[in-house]
Amino acid sequence: MIYMDSSATSFLKPPQVEEAVCRAFHTMGNAGRGAHAATLGAARMIYDTREKLAELFHIREPFRIAFTSNATESLNIAIGGLVRPGDHAITTACEHNSVLRPLYVKESQGASLTILDADEKGRIAYEKLEQVRQEHTRAVVITHASNLTGNVTDLARVSAFTRKYGILLIVDASQTAGSIPIDVEKMGVDVLCFTGHKGLMGPQGTGGIYVREGISITPLKVGGSGIHSFDKTHPADMPTALEAGTANGHGIAGLNAALDFLKETGVEAVHQKEMELAGRFAENVGKIPGVTIYGDLSGKLRAPIVSLNIGELDSAVVSDILWDDYEICVRAGAHCAPLMHQALGTVEQGAVRFSFSYFNTEEEVDTAVQAVREIAEEQ
Amino acid sequence: MREKKKYVILSFHTTTEAMSFEKQCMSNEIPGRLIPIPREITAGCGLAWRIGAEEYPDCRQKIQDLQMKYQDAVELLL
Repeated sequence: MIYMDSSATSFLKPPQVEEAVCRAFHTMGNAGRGAHAATLGAARMIYDTREKLAELFHIREPFRIAFTSNATESLNIAIGGLVRPGDHAITTACEHNSVLRPLYVKESQGASLTILDADEKGRIAYEKLEQVRQEHTRAVVITHASNLTGNVTDLARVSAFTRKYGILLIVDASQTAGSIPIDVEKMGVDVLCFTGHKGLMGPQGTGGIYVREGISITPLKVGGSGIHSFDKTHPADMPTALEAGTANGHGIAGLNAALDFLKETGVEAVHQKEMELAGRFAENVGKIPGVTIYGDLSGKLRAPIVSLNIGELDSAVVSDILWDDYEICVRAGAHCAPLMHQALGTVEQGAVRFSFSYFNTEEEVDTAVQAVREIAEEQ
Repeated sequence: MREKKKYVILSFHTTTEAMSFEKQCMSNEIPGRLIPIPREITAGCGLAWRIGAEEYPDCRQKIQDLQMKYQDAVELLL
């Protein structure tokens, strides 16, 4: 089997991740629930992981990071807790439904929303930021990279705008955390939402949210915190404020091991290899008659994603042939990015997304190119 | 040129319904497999069950008898 669906999840992982999760079953209790060896073992592991994430994203204080179950939960916390009725929010056509749907909920509750459009290559209309701003614009919610085109957002340009007007910058790093270097200070990110199981190579069910000091978010969940048990209200201090209930300690132990791998290897080295594979694939499938590749391939910084179509073939059919005849795993359809497909003109056809991992090989890329060639030649 | 064949495509309300359907197919020897849902049915993603059109008549009664849940059954050339 050739796995090229790493934008969906990091099926290919460093072996240390699995070992760490197995070890956690034998060593970790419930973090923050007492002081015996098992609970402290869990608490230490979770804290250590918080520190490693802080180092990775250049976050000064690890306690500004709360663990969540995935980027969707983080985005729901951020949007749900920061955008109020009467506020105005700006987002883009490049977003995943995990950004759009929470914003639509806010819209139904009295907030207003502007969606910056994107062109046929998925490039965001940054120049419209100034003109769509309103006096009560509260936040820009934006992806760091499109999960469909792989285009990376010019966060420097967006944060220059948000900083100028004191607008919150909420970034969805689902496709970039662990794959593209992130520095929240330099990039001017106020809230960073990330998942642990994609570029960070950890287990599913792990994720997190960074909230810049000075920002207070109304939590989505309240409940057990392990502290202040006689108070009627949930503690307001980060990260406890956003971490009600038992953490996914076993998963976080796996994420910890994945972060060690990323540090040893280097995010830049991971990105370089992933982009070499994506580039090799794009260059060769781009020469096949009938193949259309989507996105702005001229971008200097890209996520390792190549989405394409073959003639007028249904992307679902192509992905099924790739699996059934070649054992190649890709993702077809709409990728939970409806507005991006509208911009690309692929609402009906969808697109076939190949997304690459550090652990893919050039041989696998060449096999995938040949598969696309054969399917195209059959048409 | 890949030869197109007639299939009956069963769609589902949810992915959970699709997984339940697959499990029941496996334990009741109903042929077919899960595929990405074709655009003729919806562009909204999801899974569908594909059965060869010639096999479907025999399976249909079994599916009904077992009260297996699905949304629609459509014949398609794939």
